[in-house]
Parts: sequence; structure tokens; C-alpha cells
Amino acid sequence: MTPQLLVFFVLAALAVIGALSLMLQKHPIHSALSLIVVMVALAGLYLLMGAEFVAAVQIIVYGGAIMVLFVFVIMLLNAGVEEHSNFSKLAGYAGVPLGIALTGFIAAAIARSTVSVQAATPGASIASTGDISRMLFKEFVYPFELTSFLILVAIMGALVLAQREK
Amino acid sequence: MIDSLTTFLNAHAFLIITIVKIALLLFIVLTVNAYLTWFERKMVAHIQSRWGPHRVGPHGLLQPLADGAKFLLKEDPTPAGVDKFVYYLAPLLALTLALTSLAVIPFGPDPIRVLGHDIYLSITPPDLNIGLLVLFAITALSVYGVALAGWSSNSKYPLLGGLRSSAQMISYELSMTLSVVGVLLMANSFNLSKIIMAQAAHPERGIFGWNIWPQLIGFFCFFTAAVAETNRVPFDLPEAESELVAGFHTEYASFKFAMFFIAEYTSMITVSCLCTIMFFGGWLSPFPASWHFAFYLPSLILIPFGLWVIWDGIRYETIWGRVILPGIGTAIALIGIALVVFPQVNDYIQAPFWFLAKVFAFLFFYVWMRGTLPRLRYDQLMSFGWKLLLPLSIANVIVTSFIILLRSPK
Amino acid sequence: MVPAIYYVVLSAILFGLGVIAFIFKRNIISIFMSIELMLNAVNLAFVAFSQSQGNLDGQIFVLFVIIVAAAEAAVGLGIIILIARNRQSLNVERVDLLKL
Repeated sequence: MTPQLLVFFVLAALAVIGALSLMLQKHPIHSALSLIVVMVALAGLYLLMGAEFVAAVQIIVYGGAIMVLFVFVIMLLNAGVEEHSNFSKLAGYAGVPLGIALTGFIAAAIARSTVSVQAATPGASIASTGDISRMLFKEFVYPFELTSFLILVAIMGALVLAQREK
Repeated sequence: MIDSLTTFLNAHAFLIITIVKIALLLFIVLTVNAYLTWFERKMVAHIQSRWGPHRVGPHGLLQPLADGAKFLLKEDPTPAGVDKFVYYLAPLLALTLALTSLAVIPFGPDPIRVLGHDIYLSITPPDLNIGLLVLFAITALSVYGVALAGWSSNSKYPLLGGLRSSAQMISYELSMTLSVVGVLLMANSFNLSKIIMAQAAHPERGIFGWNIWPQLIGFFCFFTAAVAETNRVPFDLPEAESELVAGFHTEYASFKFAMFFIAEYTSMITVSCLCTIMFFGGWLSPFPASWHFAFYLPSLILIPFGLWVIWDGIRYETIWGRVILPGIGTAIALIGIALVVFPQVNDYIQAPFWFLAKVFAFLFFYVWMRGTLPRLRYDQLMSFGWKLLLPLSIANVIVTSFIILLRSPK
Repeated sequence: MVPAIYYVVLSAILFGLGVIAFIFKRNIISIFMSIELMLNAVNLAFVAFSQSQGNLDGQIFVLFVIIVAAAEAAVGLGIIILIARNRQSLNVERVDLLKL
């Protein structure tokens, strides 16, 4: 049991516990906090794999901005505990095993697809910020500029949608 | 038995050294926090023409201990109707994040060589290539401490204070991260040690090689945004005593309030460390490398200060003061003399001495601002952040990158 | 070192949990958060493949996924605010008719 494997299992357990907690909590603020735990655990996994810039961006953007937006909306809308409404028990008994079957199907399909997946070990090289930025501005400059337009459209959309009614 | 112990220690040296460093740093930072509160109360009092705490111990030096005892022993009520998990989580989150951000700060360049192991003067190894990004990530996460504290208190004023405070923090976060980009372009790395080394490229320039001269606007933007991030005067409307009761920490009593308090002062220390690293040369001496008298400057400062403390202590009013203060004074003077007598120690102590001197200068400036400046109204604060600081930071990035492009050899 | 398949299995588990949460939660914001969980699971798979193959395309794509998720969260939460204002409820079973 190498240290990396130990750290992987700790972070993976944290991520899965966070996801289960997201599903099982009744109050949306607790679900939001669980999702933040998942994101921080995933950032740790990215660091373990050597993708340091993506880990930092995940925490700064996802955990520090998007989830703050979620938490603000939950606070401002005064979202309470979810009401109990009766959904069919059949959906519960059939749905969860089918969901687990979907998970296993995806994992098995990817695992059997290429040999390189089983053999390769991530983390052999550290992806530095310089490499990512060189690639982002040389080969991917067109999608990069398009995302800036996308964010501009999203800002205008959010402003228009959330205006007070005149 | 001793043999197996030494082999065990040598095999896990990295882990053990890191744990000892963490414990030492926590102890030092918490003590500095405590005496920073003493310093702030004394200095704000003297600015306002009154004495600060001066009864508990000579010159009020034991006041932090009294405050600590108060925080530990006071009743800690939990209001009715709070969301228990989030109510207890918020101060824990704030304190943990504030203390974690100290892990990436390098206090000196060279490692100490002890028993065959190199001990670097920072908790993370010096080749952490995303040091600055880690600090920004922690700053981004610290919004949660405030927002969740305000919301979970089940009360109007904390909710308003928490929302205002967290909106202020996320607005100024943008300007803070953008204003640093100029420094990053000049240093070509996110690594804090490399940022300092980039300012040491011309050691004969001394103080003129620091990043403050090319990046004056960047420094202004960063410092202002950082003061707003840490919710200090002049941006402390969300937590000021005369507004909104006490803002987001209204419903928090003794120890949980102390946790928010420590988190705020620790983030002040972190911001001061960041300012010195990025704009003021970190551990570099302001004197050029050829001026050898600067070598003895720590002793030149410590010995007269120790003698002054002795002279002041002898004439102090209480008997306790007449005993303790000369004792402290002799200790300081002896340290100064020891530095002259042992030149290797003096050689080693230069870098952390300059780093700590600059950090204390920034903390002095922070407390000075608290004593003199009025606070901004909330709408003034938000319009300042969005309409002045953000365009200024972006302009700084554009102008810096343009100049670097023009100067780079083709 | 940890083989890439471990990361892929973890990504599949998180995705499956996101799907189950999406189906069974009744609060609109919780449903939206399970979408973010699914996006995160996919990001993990991307980074695992990128690092195991040695080229950076996967990580660039992860950056774009994060940006698009940010834009989507902004607009989606705006729509959720409007729904909450109009129906006075965040329960998704109350929003199932076109008529108010």
C-alpha cells in the first residue's frame, strides 16, 4: 500500500461520501456543502495526478465562485427542508438498482475499451501552468475566445432574468 | 532501542519535520495574533489620545492572556432555531482556512542543516509551483465562513451582515487576483520563492530592484483589495459595532467569536506576508549587497531597544513592571549581543529578520489605518470595487504585458 | 502509483450517484447541484485520461467544462429565481403544468 494509493482511497472515500450526502440530505444547504466537499476531494485527486493548475482552477472557480452562487441563491430564496411528497415506491425499488447498473455499465465499457486505460498510471509528469497556457493560446485560442463571448451572454442573461419586475 | 528509534526517525524524517514545523508555526502565529490584538488596542488608543490596556501586566502586556481566559471561560450560548451543523461549521471553516494559508509562505531562502536533514523555512517544500494559486484558492473558500455564519444564525442582522460581507469579499477577490498578474508576468512563475528571487536579479540595486517600483498601481490595487477581503477598516461596514449590531458574528459568543477573531487577524498576517513577498522583496535586504554594515543591522536595532526597555522598566509604577520589563529588556539586548558574537547565526538570521520586519511594518500600517480612517458606506464600497479597482487592475495587466512584450528580445 | 482505471471507476460511481440524485430529489436547486456533480465526475475522467496519455488536451477541455458550467449555473439560477418568484415554491412537482 503505497502512500499514493492510501491518499487516493482517502480522497475517493471523501468524494463518494460527499456525493451520497448530497443525495440523502434534506436541506439544500447541506447538499451544497456536501458538493463543496466533493469538489475539494476532486481537486485533491487532480493534485495527486499531477494536474496542479486544474486543481487550483477547480477550487477557485468551481468551489469559490459557482458554489458561492448556489449558496447565495439558497439563502436568498429561503429554501427550506424538502417537503415529503409521495412518489411511487416502485420507482425507488427499481430506480436505485438501475442507477447502480448504469454505473457498472459505464465503468466496464471504459475498462474494456482500450488496453492503455488499465496499464497507464497518471501522475508521471506534472502539467505545469506554462504548458497549459501555451496550448490554450496556440491551439485552442478559438474556443478560448468563444468562451469569453459565452460568459458575456450568460452575464447579460442572468441580469435580464433576475431583474425586479418594473 | 535508541538505534531503532533513530532509524525510524530517519526513515520518516520528512513527515516528522513537517509536523514539528506545523506545530511551531501554529504556536508562533497564535502568539503573534494575541500580541497583535494588544498592539492594535494600544496603538488605536494612543492615536485617540488615551492609554490602551495598561493595568493587566506592565504596559498591558498580559491583556491577551486575560482576553484568552475570558474567551475560554465565558458562557457559550447557542441561539434557538439555528441550523446546528452549519452554525458550528462556520467559525471552524474560517479559522482552518486562515491558518492553512500560512503553509505556503516561505520565511527564508536557505534550509537549516540539522543532523543530515535539510529543514526549509516553509511548511510546503520550496518547489511548489502553484504557491500563489493555493493562496487564492483559500481566499476564495473563505467567503463560505462568513456567508454560512450569517445565514445559520437565524436572525435578521447577521443574515444581512453576512450577505453584505460575502458580496464584498467576492467583488474584491477579482481585483485582488488580477492585480497580481503583473508581478507574475515579471517573475514567470507562481512559486513564491521564485517571485522573491526574480526581485534579487540585480543585488546591487537593493531597494530599487523590488517589484514596488514597476508595479506601483498593482500594489495599490492589491493592498486595497486585500484590506477589503479581510474586512478591515475602511471596508469593515459589515462587521462594525455601530452598524448591523456586529454583522455576521452577532450570534456567536465566546470561543466561536474568538475563532472568527483569530481568523481575521491571521488573514491580516497572511496579506502582509503576501504584500512583502510580491512587492517588497520578501526576505531581501533593502541595502545593496556591497554595504556590509547592513549585516549588523539586527543587532543595531535590538541592543538599543533592549536598553530602552530596561530604562523604561526601571522607572515603571508597579513592582511587577520593575521586575519583568528589565528582564525582557536584558533578554532582547543579550540576543542582539549574541548576534554580533556569532556571525554564522547572524548570517542566517538576515533573511527572516528582513521578512519579519517588513511584515510588521505592514501590520503597523493596517492598525494605523484602523485608527485614522473612516469607513466606507456599503454602496460606496461596492462601486469603488467594481468601477475603480477592477478596471485599474485590468489596465495594469494590459500595460504590464505590453511593456514586457516590447522589452523582450525577439 | 495509482492506475488510471481506479480514477475512471470513481468517476463512473460519482456519475451514477449524480444520476440517482437527479431523479430522486424534489428541490430544483438540489437537482441542479446533481448536474454539477455529474459534470465533476466527467472532469475527473478527462483529467485521468489526459495524464495517462501524456498530452494536455484533456485538461484544456476540463477548463472549458468548468467555464461552461459557470455560465450555465449563472443563467440556470436566474431561471430558478424566476420560478421561485412565480410559483412561490421550489418543489419541482409544482412546476409540472404550463398553466400557473
